[in-house]
Amino acid sequence: MSSASVAVLPQPLLAVRGVTVQYKTAEHLVTAVYRASFDVHPGDRFVMLGPSGCGKSTLLKSIAGFIRPVEGDILLESRPVRSAGPDRIMVFQEFDQLLPWKTVRDNVVFALVETGVSRRDAHERAQLNLERVGLATFADLYPHMLSGGMKQRVALARAMALEPKILLMDEPFAALDALTRRRMQEELLALWDDVGFTLVFVTHSIEEATIVGSRILVLSPHPGRVRAELNVPAGIEARAALDRRIHHLLFGDDATGRAVRTVHGGR
Amino acid sequence: MAAASVRSQPADRPEFVREIGDIPAGLRIDAPLTLWERVYRIDAVRQATLLVLLAALWQVYATSLNNNLVLPSFSETLDAVWNGLVTGPLLSRAWTSVRVLVLGYAAGIVVAGILTLLAISTRLGSDLLNLLTAMFNPLPAIALLPLALLWFGLGQGSILFVLIHAVLWPLALNTHAGFRGVGETLRLTGQSFGLRGARFAVKILFPAAFPAILSGLKISWAFAWRTLIAAELVFGVSSGGGGLGWYIFENRNQLEIPNVFAGLLTVIALGLLVEGVIFRAIERVTVRRWGMQR
Repeated sequence: MSSASVAVLPQPLLAVRGVTVQYKTAEHLVTAVYRASFDVHPGDRFVMLGPSGCGKSTLLKSIAGFIRPVEGDILLESRPVRSAGPDRIMVFQEFDQLLPWKTVRDNVVFALVETGVSRRDAHERAQLNLERVGLATFADLYPHMLSGGMKQRVALARAMALEPKILLMDEPFAALDALTRRRMQEELLALWDDVGFTLVFVTHSIEEATIVGSRILVLSPHPGRVRAELNVPAGIEARAALDRRIHHLLFGDDATGRAVRTVHGGR
Repeated sequence: MAAASVRSQPADRPEFVREIGDIPAGLRIDAPLTLWERVYRIDAVRQATLLVLLAALWQVYATSLNNNLVLPSFSETLDAVWNGLVTGPLLSRAWTSVRVLVLGYAAGIVVAGILTLLAISTRLGSDLLNLLTAMFNPLPAIALLPLALLWFGLGQGSILFVLIHAVLWPLALNTHAGFRGVGETLRLTGQSFGLRGARFAVKILFPAAFPAILSGLKISWAFAWRTLIAAELVFGVSSGGGGLGWYIFENRNQLEIPNVFAGLLTVIALGLLVEGVIFRAIERVTVRRWGMQR
């Protein structure tokens, strides 16, 4: 019964139970996610992976509290998520998530002060986290003076400074060039090593999922349903095997190289 | 083209790697601009030059016309301005106008603010603003003046009424459009920090929409000026002393044409001052610094 493989798991940090998310367009009621269930445990790098239009961003937004599910429960430390809050901070793909009228430092300080941190502590935490992402020397610049990669680093520093229970990332590197994206992925892993946050990361790139994640939730397209939950092994060979396995899950046996490309290249 | 089966292969060429070496002498990579280039880049210098040119053109044409009942020359107008300021009533007239103008402008801003806050907080408020703007924005403020005179009598009240009408609609329209244009990401970010209601409006929506609000302020400032001068031309007297419009009207009746031009020049100068000094300063420390406008 209690063999090593069926160890009793601790209480999950985030529990998603049979969640269905729908939204209305002008003419349609769209079901984006259908009865998704999964657990995220402390220290996870939990990746939600699926093709465009599988509802993974919508699911992430309902975890953040921006969208109410029509069915099911989202529990953070056993308490239902009802609205957005600083215990779940999202880093978006778009660069305009920084307030353009505040300097890099003030962007971080503002978020902290608004969530109840004293001004002095806020300045210290801003400084520390800007150092972590290597932008302490750019603290007094305005966001429009930064490159895309630097803006995303500031957003990440701001999110970490708020010390959320879960850090949510919605394709945060998708709008960056390939070289910068690669570097940001490495930096994110290094920060996870140092700081030790819990991450829920959405991507449509299988490659990114296997680099960033420790566990991958594979979603089927339209409406998003949970297809699989996979562990990411160490080692390049094992990861390549996982990569092929996910291809197979998403596209079946007749998957052509062309279809795979589309998912890889993406936006 | 001829045969689809024959795929052209890229030509086979040798690779190479070379040393870059020193930068050639005489190649300027980071050279300072010349004095002329630097001066030309100053906005105020270029605009002042244009002003001087326009004034010179006016002077030359008016001198050749030599009829100061039709067009007094620039120097005559300056004389009239000087006399008007020192011995005549020009300064007090200008002050009367500016005081009423600022009062009406401020009141218009307050009402526009209330209407837009209503519009962003409820859907019905938004409908109301859209409807009212569509109805009243095309209505010239001066067309309301006869009605205003009936309601508020001959005096400041009537002028304030038409000024508020002139300021309110364009400002509310721009502000509301600015609020609606604030991106989804920024809104969600603000929500994550726990900002709701009025705090959300003040700390996120207002600065994010500031370029649109500022352009609304500029447009309605110009509208207010026009309306005020036109209203003063119609009946002039407001609480004891007339404004600039009255000054222009009075002097035209007495065929003191240089004084008419002095009044017009004062209106223009005040407009340039507000645009070039006040609005520009606001732009410099806000939308330009934030990279929202070039």
